[in-house]
Amino acid sequence: MKPAPFAYLLPSTVDEAAEMLAATGGKVLAGGQSLIPLMSMRLAAPPALVDINRVGGITDIEVGDDAVRVGALVRHAALEAHAPAYDANPLLRRALRHVAHATIRNRGTTVGSIVHADPAGEMPAVLRLLGGSVEAVSQARGRRSIDAADFFVGPLESALGEDEIAVGVVFPRPPAGSGSSWLEISRRRGDYALVGVGAVVTLDSDRNVIGAAVSLISVGATPVHVDVGHVGADSAYDDVDWSGATELVDAAISPEADIHATADYRRHLAQVLTRRALAEATADAAPRVAA
Amino acid sequence: MTTKLFGQRIRRVEDPRLLSGRGRYLDDLGHDALAVAFVRSPHAHARVLDIDVSAALEVEGLVAIFSYDDLDGKTSEPLPLLIPHPALTHGRTPYALAKDEVNHVGEAIVMVVASDRYVAEDVVGLIRVDYELLPPVVGVERARDGGALVHDDVPGNVAATMVQEVGDAAAAIDASPRRQRLQLSIERSASMPMEGKGVLARWDADDESLLVHTSTQTSTSVRQAIAAKLSLPVDRVEVVTPDVGGGFGVKIVHPWPEEILVPWASVRLNRPVKWVEDRREHFISSAHERGQLHDVTVGYGDDGRVTGLSVQFWHDNGAYTPYGLIVPIITSTQLLGPYKPTAYRVEFASLYTNTVMVTPYRGAGRPQGCFVMERVMDAIAADLGLDRALVRERNFIQPDEMPYDHGLTFQDGRPLIYDSGDFPASLSKLKQLVGWDDFAKYRERAAAEGRRVGIGLACYVEGTGVGPYEGGHIRVETDGSVVVSTGLTTQGQGHQTMLAQIVADELGVPMERVRVTTGDTRRFKYAVGTFASRTAVMSGSAVALTARKVRAKALRIASNALEAAVDDLEIVDGHVQVKGSPGSQVDLGAVAVLSNPLRYAFDEAAARATQFATPHDPDQPPVAADDEPGLEGSGFFSPTRSTFANGMHAVVVETDPDTAEVKILRYCVVHDCGTIINPMIVEGQVHGGVAQGIGGALFERMEYDESGQLLNASYMDFLMPYASEIPHIEIDHLETPSPLNPLGVKGAGEAGVIPVSAAIAAAIEDAEGVVITAMPISPSELFDLRRAREQRGEAR
Amino acid sequence: MTPEPLHEVTLTVNHVPHQLRLPARRLLSDALRHDVRLTGTHVGCEHGVCGACTVLLDGQPIRSCLMFAVTADGASITTTEGCLEPDGELGAVQEAFHDCHALQCGFCTPGFITTITAYLETHPNPSEQQAREAIGGNLCRCTGYQNIVAAVLRAAEIKRERSAP
Repeated sequence: MKPAPFAYLLPSTVDEAAEMLAATGGKVLAGGQSLIPLMSMRLAAPPALVDINRVGGITDIEVGDDAVRVGALVRHAALEAHAPAYDANPLLRRALRHVAHATIRNRGTTVGSIVHADPAGEMPAVLRLLGGSVEAVSQARGRRSIDAADFFVGPLESALGEDEIAVGVVFPRPPAGSGSSWLEISRRRGDYALVGVGAVVTLDSDRNVIGAAVSLISVGATPVHVDVGHVGADSAYDDVDWSGATELVDAAISPEADIHATADYRRHLAQVLTRRALAEATADAAPRVAA
Repeated sequence: MTTKLFGQRIRRVEDPRLLSGRGRYLDDLGHDALAVAFVRSPHAHARVLDIDVSAALEVEGLVAIFSYDDLDGKTSEPLPLLIPHPALTHGRTPYALAKDEVNHVGEAIVMVVASDRYVAEDVVGLIRVDYELLPPVVGVERARDGGALVHDDVPGNVAATMVQEVGDAAAAIDASPRRQRLQLSIERSASMPMEGKGVLARWDADDESLLVHTSTQTSTSVRQAIAAKLSLPVDRVEVVTPDVGGGFGVKIVHPWPEEILVPWASVRLNRPVKWVEDRREHFISSAHERGQLHDVTVGYGDDGRVTGLSVQFWHDNGAYTPYGLIVPIITSTQLLGPYKPTAYRVEFASLYTNTVMVTPYRGAGRPQGCFVMERVMDAIAADLGLDRALVRERNFIQPDEMPYDHGLTFQDGRPLIYDSGDFPASLSKLKQLVGWDDFAKYRERAAAEGRRVGIGLACYVEGTGVGPYEGGHIRVETDGSVVVSTGLTTQGQGHQTMLAQIVADELGVPMERVRVTTGDTRRFKYAVGTFASRTAVMSGSAVALTARKVRAKALRIASNALEAAVDDLEIVDGHVQVKGSPGSQVDLGAVAVLSNPLRYAFDEAAARATQFATPHDPDQPPVAADDEPGLEGSGFFSPTRSTFANGMHAVVVETDPDTAEVKILRYCVVHDCGTIINPMIVEGQVHGGVAQGIGGALFERMEYDESGQLLNASYMDFLMPYASEIPHIEIDHLETPSPLNPLGVKGAGEAGVIPVSAAIAAAIEDAEGVVITAMPISPSELFDLRRAREQRGEAR
Repeated sequence: MTPEPLHEVTLTVNHVPHQLRLPARRLLSDALRHDVRLTGTHVGCEHGVCGACTVLLDGQPIRSCLMFAVTADGASITTTEGCLEPDGELGAVQEAFHDCHALQCGFCTPGFITTITAYLETHPNPSEQQAREAIGGNLCRCTGYQNIVAAVLRAAEIKRERSAP
């Protein structure tokens, strides 16, 4: 299990990286936690790797009033530990804790895992749930922003062009009065989830539900996003019947069987976790609304 | 003898070296050796039509490419059938490189030797093999129907069938007041040591000798096999086992194709050559175990006593049978556990499939047998509404019935006679430890909180310390240090510590002076290997007996030096002294000097043994006719039969009513391995065994698809438990000494793993009220069982 | 075929700089083991799951099988050999493993030693549950983890003892 040879390129700027990528048809190497195992198993053999680990300007976590922006070289662990990011949006840390194991999070990047577009990945679903976007740069098209809704195309397939580098992602802050939850079930702690659900619930100043959405992983070709706001609409936070949400989710997902679980079981878990996550997110939101 | 070390929690002597990065595992050696990689079959069953290497020849760093046609002499014959058995009428073993047919995904076809492993894998990728696909046989059912054959010349895919019977089971069952039939199955798992296999061979053309390091559980037998295959005189081959990163059974099989091919290539290329198995190779080209289907009929009385038991089972032996019928024979005999069915019949068929071959993995057929027997006990209890522990108690062999002869033949070809054990006492300890009698109350409290909990227990007996023999050599050096060599190998069980404890006690020396070597044929040439929980019993007894010999010699020599009778002497702290008079003493190093009459004083100590230094009887030879120079000796231990350890486990689980996840709340073990040499090490063995058992019960399986592809050949998908999946394990000991060896010990290595699937199945069944007949069980499968029950309209 | 180009790579391993010329595809684990020749770091799966190859990269645990040595150019790396005390005695975590019988075959152990060494820097007084979580990304096939959990707690104790005036 040793990788095939490749040309190694070490740019120092984003533009240089984009140029190298266009010239070689290679792949971007950031954390490498998904790419390198694929290469060691020789399931991937890119002709060139553009190692962006020394590129400047893509290492920051910026917490703004509207969003948390995460640069391409931010490791999961850094974002997980970032207190202002947590204060701005606790969902990020809640989901990141489920991304593989701590040692992998020390090296793997959040942007990288989003670009990898694994339908079992947590952070793609979080980006989708929050209505975020990916900032991409290429030599041909320059800089562009791709909405999460358009970004995830299929399993391990995104809207990012072969010649494009994702330089950052933007996680918008949920509206005031929002709470969140991330729940997942995996065979072993740290494994890919059999099913995972992220939920955001927003309350008005009377603590009635005015918005709710869930994004699920491992139940479709991409993260499955379902707006369930109308199910809880106008219900008081402590008296919401989310059962309608599970029906919507059930209609939206298309889980498949694999060696770890049947499709039926995944469908069942999606309902259980949707219910639990919405309840948890609602409970999380309540204290955020001034009584 | 003062037994100050035997029985103590002594920290391991192995640890400092391993902890500071100074361990020497196979791949830590031979940095400059050539590297090997293999072209392995991507198909489960195919004929090899053509091998085209032309695209690979220009690769920089390529040294050689070998296929079957390059093999010569005995290397071109099939690998040995290690354990022949009269019932194994159709034993088949592979060629070192596939001749013209491959029988499982992963079978080696072409060997590539290159400057390093990266380059070797590049070459592998460029070699083209053309195949004619043959129908694959996967799973016991497909093998059993015989529609397609793994080996053309093995009708019905049947390698062997075997029957053992005591009494007339069918008649006894017919005559029983109550009867049940159960279909029970266990899926495949594997040893999966953290270090894969590996071989390093260094041919010395000047000396015409071969030095081979291999990550094995038996260096002596690998040595013999290499010599035989390469047609070398045995004395020109030495095999050394370096530190081994776990074995658990898979490394007892030998010679692996690579153990022949790598030395062969080293001779042929006259270069050091090394192969280090990677994880994918380990999944698809080593060995698996456990897969069996069982059909059980039991007859019993209204009191729950078994009056007749009939078991038929089908053992999936994979593509080849180099290790004979050991696993199914163990299942068929050890299934009985601590119980005595009045009449018993067992019949098995060992079947070929186009999958990785099956050889012993820790427990070796016992987990399956225990699962069968314990499911039977639970089924009887359920039928009669009796307490599950009580049904077991009523079927126990009683302490006053020891030794107990089952009337069957065990895996070593000897009678299945239990030597010792007190099963009622063990059960009583276990019930106490887990709080068996109070569980109903706990269950009620949990139910009131909306929680589902269940408890299960399982008992087993394990034949340990099987023969034929082990030996040891002990030498006291002139500096007073003690060098101990035993031929069997070690893979992390703390053998060096345990054996040093025994020798230090027997010789009367401080433990720090004792150094133990295992698995190095340059040091000790006669050994069997490490398997079947046998090291403490076999090598432990052998070095104890040897130490007694060396002690006797030391006393004899010292009695001359001290002018005291042997009976008046003792050895304390490395000194021979007159009992009660420590002023009159001689240290063992000096005794060693005196044991070796010398002409030359090569060092200061030696001067004392030279011809003018010591008074001697001029009419006697310096070395007596019946003596040898040196304070050293060899000894062997060869018992008449195996010892039988036993244990009982109880587990409390909680199942999530919504998600069907299973959580282990408590895991309790009562363990009887006879006298305990080092409780810390024994408990460590139990912990590790239980953890593997939990893996086998809830997480691990080898998932083959119909075409024979192993779908989960990685640590991503073969779910070995992390710390997050393993509970704290509570252990209590019972020590019923074995009468069969001088130490009273029984083996402990495999114990922990044996009853885990049985106990957890029982606990889940208890929590859920669904009958569990197949293990492992995943949440998804438990969910299916719940669904099926709901569809049948049954309440929980 | 042309030979692979080699890259100049400097790795500071356990405070000692090593200048190497390596192909880009050389995994850090292989570079440490076969080029620097510190074989305490072990390779158990080469796909990032088992954790045996865990080393500290600028103090943080990472899988050395999931990093190319070229990417680590200029970095400071600590292996299990670097977890010894300066005088060569066992470090606190290693001593705790010895005390608690937290290793059997010893193959996975280096990954645990490095992981726990880093963990205790930021969590000097873990609970048993935290200790179990701290080792949650490392596989061990021998011990059942119980004694490793105990060793995490014991290591914290030894560290306190050793740092006491």
